[in-house]
Amino acid sequence: MSAPTGITRATLLKDLRLEWRSKDAINSMLFFSLLVVIVFSFSFDPTAEESRQIAGGLVWVAFLFAAVVALNQTWARELRNQVLDAYRVSPAPANSLFIAKTLGNFIFVSVLEALMTPLFIVFYRLRSLGPVWQLLLVAGFGTWALVVNGTFFAAMSIRTRSREIMLPLLLFPISIPALLAMVQATTAILNGEGARFWIVLLATYDLVFTTVCLLLFETVLNAE
Amino acid sequence: MMKRAFPILGVLTAILLSYALYMALVWAPTERTMGDVQRIFYYHVPSAWTAFILFFVNFGASVVYLIKRKPAADIVALVSAEVGVVFCTVVLITGPIWARPVWGIWWTWDMRLTSTLVLWLIYVSYLFLRRFSSSGQTPLLAAALAVLGALCVPFVYFSIWFFRTQHPQPVMGGGGSIDPRMLHVLLINWLAFSCFAFLVCWSRYRLEKLQREVDQAHAMESLKDPRGSVR
Repeated sequence: MSAPTGITRATLLKDLRLEWRSKDAINSMLFFSLLVVIVFSFSFDPTAEESRQIAGGLVWVAFLFAAVVALNQTWARELRNQVLDAYRVSPAPANSLFIAKTLGNFIFVSVLEALMTPLFIVFYRLRSLGPVWQLLLVAGFGTWALVVNGTFFAAMSIRTRSREIMLPLLLFPISIPALLAMVQATTAILNGEGARFWIVLLATYDLVFTTVCLLLFETVLNAE
Repeated sequence: MMKRAFPILGVLTAILLSYALYMALVWAPTERTMGDVQRIFYYHVPSAWTAFILFFVNFGASVVYLIKRKPAADIVALVSAEVGVVFCTVVLITGPIWARPVWGIWWTWDMRLTSTLVLWLIYVSYLFLRRFSSSGQTPLLAAALAVLGALCVPFVYFSIWFFRTQHPQPVMGGGGSIDPRMLHVLLINWLAFSCFAFLVCWSRYRLEKLQREVDQAHAMESLKDPRGSVR
């Protein structure tokens, strides 16, 4: 038991350290979502009441697009110096690598969300009518849903031609139910309505897709 | 035996399709409120059923491929997804043509429409993956995606379930009443469409198999003689 968690920890720490030194992913994600916030703000010019209606959609679309930036870099980093091939021939379990990568992306996207949310609140004059802890729950489950599928599909798209384009093509259709649940839950909470159905749906989605990704990841990693 | 069965099935399908066309356009009674536009229903619903069956076949074949790694299962998965996307496209095109005169709108974000559209998106992305990945890995990656895509379907259904539904109740098991003659025509059309889909899948299967054999032969040839046969 200790070996797989050790590998997970080592890979995760390596990724965090790399990111801490270069700050490639987080900078490009931040700037990208900042642009999305500003462009949307110009295009819609909403009042406080309207923005409460559309903010859920805006926030998550911005985070989804920004997350793709980080997800695309997940495995591209390992292609240099044939690290991925080395991993494949090593006896280390594939799933510890997958969990490390997913956790890494989860941390990156969460940091992005934590930094961007104040900006959203200021620019769109948001004030939640519902309980804020529910928003945190939605953010956690929602981010995990994007990241677990995203990491999996990034490992797939790295094997294709035009890999950067391939990831959103694979990720977005499958993420539609999760995205719908995140947006609906956020909008419902902001407007002070119940969001229980959506949160439960999101949690189930997370559970099912995490399980299946773990079951299939070794196959995808070793596909040749 | 197999060679003779194919043209026989082709002729049978052609006869069945023409008979179904006659039944749908002439024999079936005209709907009281909607008029003749309702007849598109005999194409819309059978296409939808056929597409759903083909997507299910795709899921089954992908699971079989993941377990047994038989190339035949991979070809079945590929073929059923391709033909399924075509039938799903027919559903998405005939639907608005019917909806415009009856509902007064081309499109609405109703449960069944939206989930069919998402299903279509998922399988189009599946075909994209097959097209863009390098040949050796395609079957495994595609099979993994097919499993995830199929698991997504119930989530799509439940998430869109919260939207107000405008679509007519399902014909089977929906509690709605339908003229028995209409049901008869519908089932004949479905049979004809399924035969047609099967025929197309079969010929596409043979084509794909042949293509792979040709590719393999080329690969073998270039192994034997590195200077010649560079294509």
